[in-house]
Amino acid sequence: MSTMTGTGQLVRLILRRDRYLLALWILPLCLIPISYVPPFADLYPTAAARLQYADNAGFTVLYGRLSGTSLGEFITWRLGFVPVMVGLISLLTVIRHTRVEEETGRRELLGATMVGRHAGLAAALAATFGANLALAALLALGMPSQGLPPTGSLALGLQFAAAGWMFAAVGAVAAQLTGSAGSAREIAASVLGVAWLLRAAGDTSGQAGGGLARLSWMSPIGWVQRIRPYGDERWWLLAVAAGLTAVLAAAAVALSARRDLGAGLLAARPGPAAAASPLRSPLALAWRLHWALAAGWTAGFAVVGVVLGGVAASVGDIVQGNQDLEELFARLGGRSGLVDAYLASIMGMLGLIAAAYAIQATLRLRSEESGGRAEPVLATAVGRLRWAASHLVMAVLGPAAALLAAGLTCGLAYGLDTGDVGHQLPRVLAGAIVQLPPVWVLAAVAVALFGLRPRLAPAAWGALAVCLLLGLVGAAIRLDQWLLDLSPFTHVPKSPGGAVAAAPLVVLATVAVVLTIAGLVGLRRRDLPATP
Amino acid sequence: MTEAIRTEGLVKTFGPTLALDGLDLSVRTGEVHGFLGPNGAGKTTTLRVLLGLLRADAGRAELLGGDPWKEAVALHRRLAYVPGDVTLWPNLSGGEVIDLLGRLRGGLSKQRRDALLERFDLDPRKKARSYSKGNRQKVALVAALASDVELLLLDEPTSGLDPLMEAAFRDWIDQEERARGRTVLLSSHILAEVEALCERVSIIRAGRIVESGSLVELRHLTRTFIRAELAAPPTGLAALAGVHNLQLQDSRVRFDVDADALDAALRQLWAAGVRSLVCQPPTLEELFLRHYRTDQPADAAPGGNRAAGSR
Repeated sequence: MSTMTGTGQLVRLILRRDRYLLALWILPLCLIPISYVPPFADLYPTAAARLQYADNAGFTVLYGRLSGTSLGEFITWRLGFVPVMVGLISLLTVIRHTRVEEETGRRELLGATMVGRHAGLAAALAATFGANLALAALLALGMPSQGLPPTGSLALGLQFAAAGWMFAAVGAVAAQLTGSAGSAREIAASVLGVAWLLRAAGDTSGQAGGGLARLSWMSPIGWVQRIRPYGDERWWLLAVAAGLTAVLAAAAVALSARRDLGAGLLAARPGPAAAASPLRSPLALAWRLHWALAAGWTAGFAVVGVVLGGVAASVGDIVQGNQDLEELFARLGGRSGLVDAYLASIMGMLGLIAAAYAIQATLRLRSEESGGRAEPVLATAVGRLRWAASHLVMAVLGPAAALLAAGLTCGLAYGLDTGDVGHQLPRVLAGAIVQLPPVWVLAAVAVALFGLRPRLAPAAWGALAVCLLLGLVGAAIRLDQWLLDLSPFTHVPKSPGGAVAAAPLVVLATVAVVLTIAGLVGLRRRDLPATP
Repeated sequence: MTEAIRTEGLVKTFGPTLALDGLDLSVRTGEVHGFLGPNGAGKTTTLRVLLGLLRADAGRAELLGGDPWKEAVALHRRLAYVPGDVTLWPNLSGGEVIDLLGRLRGGLSKQRRDALLERFDLDPRKKARSYSKGNRQKVALVAALASDVELLLLDEPTSGLDPLMEAAFRDWIDQEERARGRTVLLSSHILAEVEALCERVSIIRAGRIVESGSLVELRHLTRTFIRAELAAPPTGLAALAGVHNLQLQDSRVRFDVDADALDAALRQLWAAGVRSLVCQPPTLEELFLRHYRTDQPADAAPGGNRAAGSR
């Protein structure tokens, strides 16, 4: 029996289990690019309009650099964050079907049947690769329906798929390293984060003519963006991506062959035989469960802050020498206005990312409940509210620590660069702090769902997705204001640079408090664990 | 005589499923009470209602003299619970979990903790991630048994233990807990365990208590199996109410007999002249199987649906 026996069966099992989930991410990621075409063609009909729109350092961080002014290239550029999303989904999918299966013991059940040693890993990779190819095929067929060239459409689809393939393989390697799915996710997502950061720093520096442009070439995300769909398609980059995928997949197989079922390569150390005396309250338990996550996010945000703050000064250089743009930005507040706009847009983006952390930390309540770990605690002299509050403290303060760290390092890096720390640090820090109320609103949405409709709690991610779409797309395709107002992030004052009004922040904080109370009232009244 | 637990007509539905259907349970203070039923009969749901985790749709529940829903936190200080399916925080060591749960309950005896760790042969330094199901269960058991509480709610506590550890658990309950006079509600589907440990037993079927009482009383409800060799064929045995499954072969006879017909049946044998006699006492298993073997309603069996404890 070969080590791959049963792979086909397992692929079918994965497709059966994930049929809705696959549709849920493949279809939107296919429909969004297609729906972009008409409004962007309408709103930015000329090369000049497109150049002007893309000349924004915040956009460079998010999407990369515009490679050409054709409609296809313009749309591809605007979709520059999609490869990161595809990469994230792919690595999560692979870890879910490998390490999670092992952790829950389902892998063992299958491992005792006619299934080869590597079949589980091979099936997870094959299914994820297939899903990525399906996305590519749908785009290659769909984009031409909007009048875009078929060759470029194929390249666009393959650009997304290549990102998915590489990070699926990253997920496969990470799944072999540790015994827990949580750590595997952290490792793989960190690799993705670093790849994105390298590309963002390299592109920002490159746009300003700085020397760090080659950083982008060290990033898999940078590679796929340089495929340049609808421009001079560089197909050879796909071969590079496929090569990296093959190397990583082979490494995952080799690692998997060298370890036992359920074990990681990084050995688990024994713990203390007795609990330290501070471990005596739900809050102390919550701290034990959350601190690694909080430390990871805070460190990540601090690094992002340094990098993005470090390149901020060069943003002002972009417009130098371009008479029209200089005039335009002079009206916007000149060079400092431009940097402020950049910093404000960075903070807005960090706010959205911090909201993901806040939701993740809040939903820990739900996973404790459905995992059966809430029951032993609630059967002791710990009331429901005290138990929930212990986790919510971490969900409120964790994102705050992360945003503060980003604000501090970003302000310091920019301040040191311009020799004006005393002035810049508080301004940038304020820009980070104003993001907190909307972050808390999204955490509160998760609390409300958890308390009132526990089985729908993951829908909090949907709320974040709506905010993300409204934030990234809304203004560009000129949606109605009332639609934009649905996102709490719409109401955050532009800072630094804008006038900080307290009123919207107070309103947002109030909304967060009300939603939280509603959720906690629901939690007190409902069955726990929730009715299946 | 006081009651540690009393429920009257508890009803709990999960959507269309009726999990508890008017459950009357009574556990006396200081006794080890067996809560017997197969998977899905409603044992865990009952315990969760008693813990105030689930809210009953109808009926009344009283635990240590309080309302388990309204006074959950105060009551939980006085009890310890071992869930049927123990999951732990993967990054905490077993020792940490034991201490944490003990402290959250409000106290843990260091002596008993050490004694239990030794009895159950549990390494407290291992991370919960690397424990097997049995070892996770041991962690929860040590945490509960070492706690300074008056009531223990144990939901199938030995379902993941090997026979050696099962015996260690039985010994502990039999010696330590009985001596300490703590009330124990032991849910189980292992009849031998319940027969060995419990003074009184309640049998649950489809969300209702179908039998309840002391082991002696319950045995009384079941049939004794008799096999005898007689001097002459018996005469009136077939006509006797309460004699079942009678098989006659010359002078050899075998049958089951209800407890209240036992005396009359033995007289018949005696009258025919007894050469040899085998008499098998009723087991809990027989009683249990009689309630569960068939899809017929429980009260089809003699003595069924009668709460012996309330007679």
